[in-house]
Amino acid sequence: MELMDRDRGPGTGERKAAWPVLTSLVIELRRIAGGAHVLVAPEDVIVYEQDGSILQAMPEIVVLPGSIDEVRAIVRAARAAGVPIVPRGSGTGLAGGAVPAGGGVVISLARLNRVGEVDLRGRTAIVEPGVINLDVTKGIAPQGYFYAPDPSSQAACSVGGNLANNSGGPHTLAYGVTTNHTLGVEVVLHDGNPLWLGGHVPDGPGYDLCGVFVGSEGTLGIVVQGIVRLMRARESVRTLLAVFDRMDDATRVVVDITGAGIVPAALEMMDQTTIEAVERGAPAGFPRDAEAVLLVEVEGVREYTERALREIDAICRRGAVRDVRIAQTEAERQALWKGRKGAFGSLGTLAPNYYVMDGVVPRSRLPETMRRVAEIGRAFGVRIANVFHAGDGNLHPNILFDMRVPGALDRVIEAGAAILRACVDAGGSLTGEHGIGLEKREYMSWVFTEADLGAMARIRRAFDPTAGFNPGKVFPSPPACGEARRAPAKIPAGLWV
Amino acid sequence: METAVSPTHLPQAPSRPRPQPIPSLQIPELDQCVHCGLCLTQCPTYRVTHLETESPRGRIHLVRAAADGRIAPTERFAEHLYLCLMCRACETACPSGVKYGRIAEAAREVLGPPGSPFSRAVAGLAFRRLFPRLDRMRTLMKLLRFYQRSGLRAVTRLLPRRLREMEALLPPVPDRFFAPEAEVLPAIGPRRARVAFLSGCVMPLLFGEINEATIRVLRRNGCDVLIPKDQGCCAALNVHNGEMVAAKAMARRNIDTFLAAGVDAVIVNAAGCGATMKEYGHLLANDPVYAEKAQRFSQLVKDASEFLVDLGLTGPLGPVRMTVTYQDPCHLAHGQRVRVQPRNLLAAIPGLTLVEMEASDRCCGSAGIYNITHPEMSQTLLDEKMASIARTKANAVVAPNPGCMLQIRSGAQRTATGVTVYHLMDLLDRAYQAGEAGS
Amino acid sequence: MTPSLIERLREIVGSDFVLTVPEDTVVYEQDAFLVARAHPDAVVLPGSAGEVTAAVRATHEVGVPLIVRGAGTGLNGGSIPVRGGVMLVLTRLDRILEIDPRGRTATVEPGVINADVTVRTLGDGLFYAPDPGSQGVSTIGGNIGNNAGGPHCLAYGVTGNHVLEMDVVTSSGEIVTVGSRSLDPPGYDLAGLIVGSEGTLGIVTRITVRLLRRPEAVQTLLAVFETIDDASQTVSEIIAAGIIPTAMEMIDGVVMRAVEAAIHAGYPADAGAVLLIEVEAHADALTRIGARIEEIARRHHPRQLRAAASARERELLWKGRKEGAGALGRLAPSYYLHDGVVPRTKLPGVMRRVAEIARAHDLVIGNLFHAGDGNLHPTILFDPRVPGMLDRVVAAGEEILKACVDAGGSITGEHGVGIEKRDYMKWLFTEADLEAMRRVKRAFDPDGRLNPGKLLPDGQPPAYALQTGARAWS
Repeated sequence: MELMDRDRGPGTGERKAAWPVLTSLVIELRRIAGGAHVLVAPEDVIVYEQDGSILQAMPEIVVLPGSIDEVRAIVRAARAAGVPIVPRGSGTGLAGGAVPAGGGVVISLARLNRVGEVDLRGRTAIVEPGVINLDVTKGIAPQGYFYAPDPSSQAACSVGGNLANNSGGPHTLAYGVTTNHTLGVEVVLHDGNPLWLGGHVPDGPGYDLCGVFVGSEGTLGIVVQGIVRLMRARESVRTLLAVFDRMDDATRVVVDITGAGIVPAALEMMDQTTIEAVERGAPAGFPRDAEAVLLVEVEGVREYTERALREIDAICRRGAVRDVRIAQTEAERQALWKGRKGAFGSLGTLAPNYYVMDGVVPRSRLPETMRRVAEIGRAFGVRIANVFHAGDGNLHPNILFDMRVPGALDRVIEAGAAILRACVDAGGSLTGEHGIGLEKREYMSWVFTEADLGAMARIRRAFDPTAGFNPGKVFPSPPACGEARRAPAKIPAGLWV
Repeated sequence: METAVSPTHLPQAPSRPRPQPIPSLQIPELDQCVHCGLCLTQCPTYRVTHLETESPRGRIHLVRAAADGRIAPTERFAEHLYLCLMCRACETACPSGVKYGRIAEAAREVLGPPGSPFSRAVAGLAFRRLFPRLDRMRTLMKLLRFYQRSGLRAVTRLLPRRLREMEALLPPVPDRFFAPEAEVLPAIGPRRARVAFLSGCVMPLLFGEINEATIRVLRRNGCDVLIPKDQGCCAALNVHNGEMVAAKAMARRNIDTFLAAGVDAVIVNAAGCGATMKEYGHLLANDPVYAEKAQRFSQLVKDASEFLVDLGLTGPLGPVRMTVTYQDPCHLAHGQRVRVQPRNLLAAIPGLTLVEMEASDRCCGSAGIYNITHPEMSQTLLDEKMASIARTKANAVVAPNPGCMLQIRSGAQRTATGVTVYHLMDLLDRAYQAGEAGS
Repeated sequence: MTPSLIERLREIVGSDFVLTVPEDTVVYEQDAFLVARAHPDAVVLPGSAGEVTAAVRATHEVGVPLIVRGAGTGLNGGSIPVRGGVMLVLTRLDRILEIDPRGRTATVEPGVINADVTVRTLGDGLFYAPDPGSQGVSTIGGNIGNNAGGPHCLAYGVTGNHVLEMDVVTSSGEIVTVGSRSLDPPGYDLAGLIVGSEGTLGIVTRITVRLLRRPEAVQTLLAVFETIDDASQTVSEIIAAGIIPTAMEMIDGVVMRAVEAAIHAGYPADAGAVLLIEVEAHADALTRIGARIEEIARRHHPRQLRAAASARERELLWKGRKEGAGALGRLAPSYYLHDGVVPRTKLPGVMRRVAEIARAHDLVIGNLFHAGDGNLHPTILFDPRVPGMLDRVVAAGEEILKACVDAGGSITGEHGVGIEKRDYMKWLFTEADLEAMRRVKRAFDPDGRLNPGKLLPDGQPPAYALQTGARAWS
């Protein structure tokens, strides 16, 4: 792995100067977006070198457009200058998707944060990409509606970022991921031209290009507006916390619940290490001595939720549960969810850094995969905190470490690769909801053949012939396609980790 | 697959000095931030600017980069650190419990006070010579009172706009300052506790009546109230503006004074002071003589509402018929995690209705001297706050902190909404008076 | 068509499965789109995915058009070989390869009949949700090509929501696996792209679909109204009340009379419209939800409200709905079935407009459709032997679709575009939109060999004959 020396200042690496090009681009961008919205000083752009992942790379320019027209003009100017464009929302992504790996212009869409027309009868809303996920629901909750995708970062992450990563969340189990809630997007293409894909009516004729854009991680163009689907709040929502002395019992109960034909709205698991972090950071009242807790939510008509709770309770009891607690008030329910949603962020109480995996396995393989994750942790001598969407079989093993310990990062990346390999070998996949970004691109060849990747490459060229949108993301660097399948992940040269 | 766009890069200007690592910024709090970003949307300045440099995560990132010597603590860097209100809403949002306030204070200690060399000099003078000396504060306020009544105000229209705006922020100085009739005021009814009272630096001069109300409420709840003569300013402004030397001296003086009083609790009715004094333990952690004493002292510090709820209200409360909304002072809600207690006390007052406003725990823009140093941002936040207040249709706001009270009052004046601003202790005191009249 | 290509294809699939003489191939000149036909040069029936790939490669070398066909029940002419060429009929690829009851997936070949998937998985308490009217005949591959829907899409979504993974052969004979059995696969969502692409991007040879658990309890309600307007208002209000029935179908008086004449499903023959509403829920909740629907329907002057009392009665009600289109053959020798979509909230207005269009052109239009989805199927009855009538039918159809688009809707909900609505694509899409689709098309099929002349307007005139002697297939 090639790493840059952390002690060298930004801009002192191998990056080649192209002063005249960038200087005139900066002048042009200032004219487009206004001087206050174009950042070039190191004290300004440095905060855009990282997202929610552990990777860093400095952009040369950060620009914050305030309108769709400005986005178009910025794209035209940057592309004319031959400078790569990296779109960014709130920068909460976990795979380095918003890290400008090869430098370039970061277009932060944070100022495009207006909620447009909300049509409650038609159950749609038009939103700009910088709108915060939770704000969509907040605006319509009083009328009894909600926006379903609920990534843990929903209080901070943007709808645009969710679209790019096709984000999921705990309630993906019942409602699906972002693409299932996106009816249309307006995108700005490489030539600066806008294009509407999809529309208010679902399943329109022609190719589903909206679906292609959702999850494309900013590699095809920039989403400047989206039409999202709104849902009616359920009549009854009940939440249950099941405490287990052994992880193995907890994973088996997950298999049993879904096997019994119950489809909870959410089925989340946290292991002891995660519980410890949550209780240290922002306590939610999870028992610290339990090996695992399950958070189960059921939604629907009252008769259903009551009976489903009873059935789940019975399954837990057959599965050697220590304790089952049912939230009796909305406040109790919120407290349980706050602990779950803050789990990632709370890991900072245990170690300065974490490297999160986003593997997926068939639910039925969950127990053995969790055992395998624990073995990998022991084998590599790393501490792993698990917090994940058990109902989906979407694991989030977080490997805790301290970047400053020599060799720690290498070990962590190898352990991460081993975990993902185990997921793929169990018939699963590399990512459930965080995307590929920079972190996992070299593993793409584990799940896709060259022909598969070639088809994707052709689609990319169809939209962006010179691949100037978010270069270096999602797809393996060219030689890796033919490399040995177990090649360790390479973090691209020039990246700060 | 991507080759056609060749990455081009803007090199840093060669004339910039190579930054050096700053050991005093290498503080353990930095390691706890895992860059998750959940703080962004809770940060008032990020909400307004949408710039990550003006977000908690961004500022932590900047401090870390400066600590490692990746960037230098330039003027621009200082601007980012000082646009922060120190409201600490990010601490409430942070799942890892990162103590952002400490990181920002460490950075500000390195940077020194904000602003131009002149304003730094003025601020430095104030932090070192004015706040530590309550007698000087009193003299200044007398001068101000004289000025406000003399008709000299007419001259202000000759001042530059910026100064004129600052002048407009000055609150009217009341006729009477807080002057307790004795150093110890006895409990009314059976004695339940013995407490000391921080009269503060601004409170006794601008809000003397609130201090009196607070003391009456404490006494009616069976407290002997001590008001130590030797107490001083809590040093909150010094701590927030990187003036640690003076701050530590002020802290030591308060610790000595209050510990000598031998009380069950030190009661504070200004949220900013309470938050600062609860952190004396951290401020003096490296002081071999005071570290332990500071810890002990901080344990004693209680916000008046916190203390009263723990103690349990006694005595007949009469009706106070009004509809109010409650503004969580940042340094109470985020700094001290006191949110429920003031609401419980309001709920205990018969006839009073509480209507919650949207984002009651978002900063009103007061933030110590922030409304003077960053008038535009402060005003933007105040406008938002006044709009939230207006949507509740309440005719009064309860804000148990002098800074918030002044700020919301100035907002009410500007918007001419007719909203009045009360301290929680004001209303409790009224309820007790009504109760007395009724019985 | 070169003799050497035919020879090569015979080598690949066996000579029995390459049809070249007109008496064999003529049946492949038309599908369920009754007004057009065109003749393929050769029909190939491969017996395995490997044979499909080999056949595609053979045609690639020669460069002839390639059309793929399932059961030929499509309603838009999508499988009509308007530019000639080789037709691949995939009905022999009818194996169910794997059923995973725990993972709730089935892996099938494209020629598997839709209903057979459900039949095979019933024992495990599972079913395959997309249920087009043709589900007893149509193939999974054809459903994928058209992103087929059905009455129960209201609750379960269309085919695209139920396809997890596919093997796709591109026009050059490359095999690409798109989608994944696990949720949200990395990279671009090419599975979503293939679904609904009407055979223009590739040929699907293996599919893994999602299976659902059978609902615990089902109730089917019949609400009879004097007017379509009352029925439409009821639909709007049920949805607005936050109730999502699994199906909500409307059948108007015209269709009802045909159905009653054909199968005696128990619909009143003289009413204006009926709503067939199906609710799936927990048994205890069914009664309460049923009561709420009833309460809403009562506000709109229903003549009758009743619940199917037995499974048999329920089946009969559904049979009437599913065979409704076929029964129209009793009223006229032919019909033209449309597939417009409108936002649900616009339903009452658009239905009034459809009636106006019928009057203006002096035509009888029957309506039976997925009211809950706002997916209309106005069916124009006509007699092709009456001179000039077909022209009026085509004109009326165009006006209906235009009315749907003007109401913020679309030109197809589940039947696809094919040749029928290719030129209407311009109503919905700008030239830039269409160009983006063409670029995607070229990314998969640079030579334009796959199902040419379909889906995207290409400026060339339609190369098919309008049929004037057709009769409805039922």
